[in-house]
Amino acid sequence: MLNIIVCVKAVPDPKEACNIQIDPATKTLMRCDVPLVVNPLDKNAMEAALKLKEKMDAKITVLSMGPPEAGNIVKECLALGADQGILLSDPAFAGADAYATAYTLAKSVEHVGSFDLILCGMASSDGSTEWVGPEMGTFLNIPVVTMVKEIVEIGDEWWKVKAGFETGFRLVRVKLPAVFTVTRELNAPRALSFSGIIKARKKEITRWGIDELGVPEESVGIKGSPTIVSKLDSKESKRAVEVISGTREEKAEYIVRKLADEGVI
Amino acid sequence: METNGPVWVIAEQMDCRLLAVSLQLIGQARKLADRLETSVEAVLMGDNMDLQPQQLIAAGADRVYVGNAPDLADYQPELYTELVVNLAKARQPEIVLIGSTAMGRELAPLVAASLKTGLTAHCIDLVLDENNILEARIPAYGGLLSIICPEKRPQMATVAAGVFSIPEPDETRTGEVVRMEIPEHLPGRIQTLEIIQEESEGVPLESANIVVAGGAGAGDLEGWNIIAALAKTLNAALGSTRPAVDEGWTDLETMIGQSGKMVAPELYIGVGLSGELQHMVGIRNAKVMVAVNNDPKSPVFEQVDYGIVDDCREFVPVLIEKIKEYKEKQVTC
Ligand SMILES: Cc1cc2nc3c(=O)[nH]c(=O)nc-3n(C[C@H](O)[C@H](O)[C@H](O)COP(=O)(O)OP(=O)(O)OC[C@H]3O[C@@H](n4cnc5c(N)ncnc54)[C@H](O)[C@@H]3O)c2cc1C
Repeated sequence: MLNIIVCVKAVPDPKEACNIQIDPATKTLMRCDVPLVVNPLDKNAMEAALKLKEKMDAKITVLSMGPPEAGNIVKECLALGADQGILLSDPAFAGADAYATAYTLAKSVEHVGSFDLILCGMASSDGSTEWVGPEMGTFLNIPVVTMVKEIVEIGDEWWKVKAGFETGFRLVRVKLPAVFTVTRELNAPRALSFSGIIKARKKEITRWGIDELGVPEESVGIKGSPTIVSKLDSKESKRAVEVISGTREEKAEYIVRKLADEGVI
Repeated sequence: METNGPVWVIAEQMDCRLLAVSLQLIGQARKLADRLETSVEAVLMGDNMDLQPQQLIAAGADRVYVGNAPDLADYQPELYTELVVNLAKARQPEIVLIGSTAMGRELAPLVAASLKTGLTAHCIDLVLDENNILEARIPAYGGLLSIICPEKRPQMATVAAGVFSIPEPDETRTGEVVRMEIPEHLPGRIQTLEIIQEESEGVPLESANIVVAGGAGAGDLEGWNIIAALAKTLNAALGSTRPAVDEGWTDLETMIGQSGKMVAPELYIGVGLSGELQHMVGIRNAKVMVAVNNDPKSPVFEQVDYGIVDDCREFVPVLIEKIKEYKEKQVTC
């Protein structure tokens, strides 16, 4: 049986586009209540796991580190067809950079036990470092392929995948267990089904904190993070805009003339 | 012996050609190293790497470590990581810079985690603070965030092509070229079998004189195609913001900004996008900038030279007509 672990992150809904801004007076973050959703690329990771499960005997475990509310997105993955859901939630995990996040996830994977394939989205929509998958693989001492856009061949031990590479791709042969981070091109994530939601009601979410993982407090969260934010400077260069008025035709004519005068068209 | 460890650049070649970003990073590494009173070292892996080390030296490197072997011709994750990590343990660099290329985005975290240190993603500036700690700047929360790695070493960062400029080569500079030992037993859990580069459609972003970028305001694929048609009419490269990529209207390759491409065309036309800093840092060096947005209060209008408040789906087709008329006149007279 193929044991698949899918790492998912709860992110503020990118479509709600209420950007977190800095209060210029108090220099604190002004958050607004944007609902948490599954990070878009993690949906592709989840879909890849479901597709594999359709093809072969497989078990899907979903792993998410986040605030208690992130339980909702784990539930969503259970409704999509995951067999087991684990939420890593502990105040000690808060403020983790990519390194501490990858470390905590790696420790949790070890705690899950047997695994063959770990799937992550290539990047998260709110952090976007792309480091969590490869750093987790390093901590687990297993090979990593980032930007997987096609699974070409499934072997017993050796798999072949296509990974994005500049304007083309890289064909990679990799031995499982391994970590893949996936891109949007890999698949089209399915929608939730009503029957899935009903079935998921019976599935329990496992909750682990620092005690269950048995890791020292200095190695997780903000304490375990080598990088920190040192300061925030205000936005740089502004330009003096000329807003063009008139009818649609007039505006179009005017801008074409202006650009011609500037010598750029 | 220098008191500070060297400033490192992990250089990259494709089909034996050094990437521009590697030379750009050497230029910036030189500035940092001069302040730190230390040397610049480059690490280069590939096959037939005979002339490339001198190019890195002419750009400002003092020492180039070269891994030269047929097995290293293409990026090999395990082998490259092992070579870099072992050398880093021996040389103890203070700073390690890597290009935000497909290779760099994978190799950098593999190396950082192996060295148990921090890594800042896709920086748009690198400066030293008053304690000579590296401040890696990234756009966030409507401003520029400085990320530091105060204790762990090396301090690592990835940087996209085009953030720094290529230094003027100084062919009279001399430096040392050191051959790296290649292990006899190659690590065997992962292999790059081949790397295929496809001709991208249309005008490439990096070299385009005109860039037309579309954003979430396109609304749907139909709206997106109108923006793409504008790019075609102007013989421009088509760029995008992240929502357009997320919607599947265009490929990641077209994304401009912090985690995408950095470009500096003569003309930039941003259509249906809000001027988020993560996008705008990728285009800040454009000569003339135009925005089309239906919201007169959109922050994009503070960052361009010409603003047009209108629904892009209605306005852009009219603009295309006017451009065609203008171009026809150009040909006839
Ligand atoms: C760490 C990190 C890295 C990131 N890196 C990048 C990056 O490299 N590149 C990037 O682009 N983004 C990046 N982002 C995302 C970025 O923060 C913004 O979310 C994104 O740039 C916004 O894209 P947009 O302007 O198209 O969409 P929105 O912000 O949603 O703006 C859409 C605009 O279209 C206008 N509009 C709507 N309808 C119409 C219409 N009919 N006609 C005209 N105008 C209309 C609206 O008024 C609005 O201003 C990153 C985010 C993070 C957290």
